[in-house]
Amino acid sequence: MSTVTLLTHVKVQLALHELRPGTGRPLLLLHGLGEHTPAAVPASASAWPGPVYGLDLTGHGASSRAPGGGYTAEILMADVDAALAHLGPVTIVGRGLGAYVAMLIAGARPELVVGAVLCDGPGLSGGGPAPHSPSVVAPTAAAVAAATPESGLPDPFALVELARDVRPEDYATTYARQALQFSGLDAPLAIAAVTRPPWLAAVAAEPGVVAEPVAAALERYAAMPMPTPTPTPTT
Amino acid sequence: MLASTVVPPAPIRAEADGLTPYPGARRPDRRRTVDRGGIALCVWEWGDEDAPPILFAHGGFDFAGTYDTLAPLVADQGWRVVSWDQRGHGDSQHGHLYSWDADLRDAAAVLDSTSDGAIPILGHSKGGALMLQLADALPHRVSHVVNLDGLPSARSWPDVPDHHRTRLLNGELAGWLDHRRVAADKIRRPGTIEELAERRGRMNPRMDPDWLRYLVPIGAYEEADGWRWKIDASMRMGGFGPWRPEWSMSRLPSLGMPVLCVLGLDIEVMGWGTLPEDVVPNLPAGARFVPLDGVGHFVHIEKPAVVADLTLELIS
Repeated sequence: MSTVTLLTHVKVQLALHELRPGTGRPLLLLHGLGEHTPAAVPASASAWPGPVYGLDLTGHGASSRAPGGGYTAEILMADVDAALAHLGPVTIVGRGLGAYVAMLIAGARPELVVGAVLCDGPGLSGGGPAPHSPSVVAPTAAAVAAATPESGLPDPFALVELARDVRPEDYATTYARQALQFSGLDAPLAIAAVTRPPWLAAVAAEPGVVAEPVAAALERYAAMPMPTPTPTPTT
Repeated sequence: MLASTVVPPAPIRAEADGLTPYPGARRPDRRRTVDRGGIALCVWEWGDEDAPPILFAHGGFDFAGTYDTLAPLVADQGWRVVSWDQRGHGDSQHGHLYSWDADLRDAAAVLDSTSDGAIPILGHSKGGALMLQLADALPHRVSHVVNLDGLPSARSWPDVPDHHRTRLLNGELAGWLDHRRVAADKIRRPGTIEELAERRGRMNPRMDPDWLRYLVPIGAYEEADGWRWKIDASMRMGGFGPWRPEWSMSRLPSLGMPVLCVLGLDIEVMGWGTLPEDVVPNLPAGARFVPLDGVGHFVHIEKPAVVADLTLELIS
């Protein structure tokens, strides 16, 4: 049974699950689209020497649903930032949508993400690299009403919107380059995913991004002392 | 679930609610609410209830009341003008989240609440770009499109070297995340009507100060310590994420219904910096393009009669 802490991200309450207590730098798990934090530490992460947490992203698991939707990957990145404000520096393993979000936050908060491992999972592709033909898709009121934090059912608005968000290759690589430039790590992004949608193929081609299994990447990140990040510019 | 911000509704009748009159401005005749998906949208209407409808979409950080000069001119020619405060704006509910897709869905909900058939739509700035998307998504529901300085182009983005852009973006990202960390506690700064009008004037430097003062009691609410703009304090100006301005412009060539595009040629802070040469290659067959010399981004406020005549000529 995990311990749950509720974090506030503007109007949303986020459920941060402590799956395994410990000392040292935490490992933070990010689930895929439509999923939620697992009940126990996955086997691939069991060797992590420190505490292990999982965050239910907005619209998922025990976190708030957003009335009328409005989900974007960037908002979920800010969800993770709320967890970073609580936990301090972490290493991240993300599945599917969580992998994309892990890559974003690794670039946006390079001083707080000591390695991100990107894995296959639901929502890895998103809506592709260019805008799709527009459509207006609205879930039924019954489906929205059923998807409460208590039920654990994901918000249908999240499922619709986060399966369609545009992920241009050069947008993704901009984040990856920031992780590479400012984290102070030699290889801050590890790709364990077999599937390579366009954004991930572009990130994988960046010098300094490595492909390796989850356990190997975590072993490498666990051995890293806290790096000295390259000072980020002040604006 | 956290409660959404509740503020007193905007006055519906200037005379009854003590608004300082502004020449040509008239408050709507009716107000109603549309709720789809859990967000209550405040919808405003000018003109006869039985008249044919036309849908107006306002720009970012505006509200339907900014059509108080244009809408009466169109309504008085036999139209039912329907507009709405977008989520987080004006008298509509504040959302937990905001996105382009959500705004598009909200627009479709207001359209559904107004008519089952195809009707004309008009939008200014962000609302104009949104209406391009709505017309592209639901062409069977849109008879005409009027775009008022809502044609974003890539021109408004500075051209900087890659390494410099990376450093700039790093600061922008951290700044945006820092804002999200504290936005839960943010409230709009209070002030007098004069002070709020002056603040709005910084982003709308061409606007008549009397017009800005007229807008305050509509777009703001009064508490013991002063007036505050109703717009959700968690929102920030400017886009964030992968969206590129030219993606909206790319909808324009697809449109098969009659289209009118009006562009103010005087570049100003709230505009897109779009030039005629950015628009012309994207005009669909038969579309009318009207650049207005000596006019800024808010073409409908600076030249309501001109815009009303152009609109009525298209839709009548």
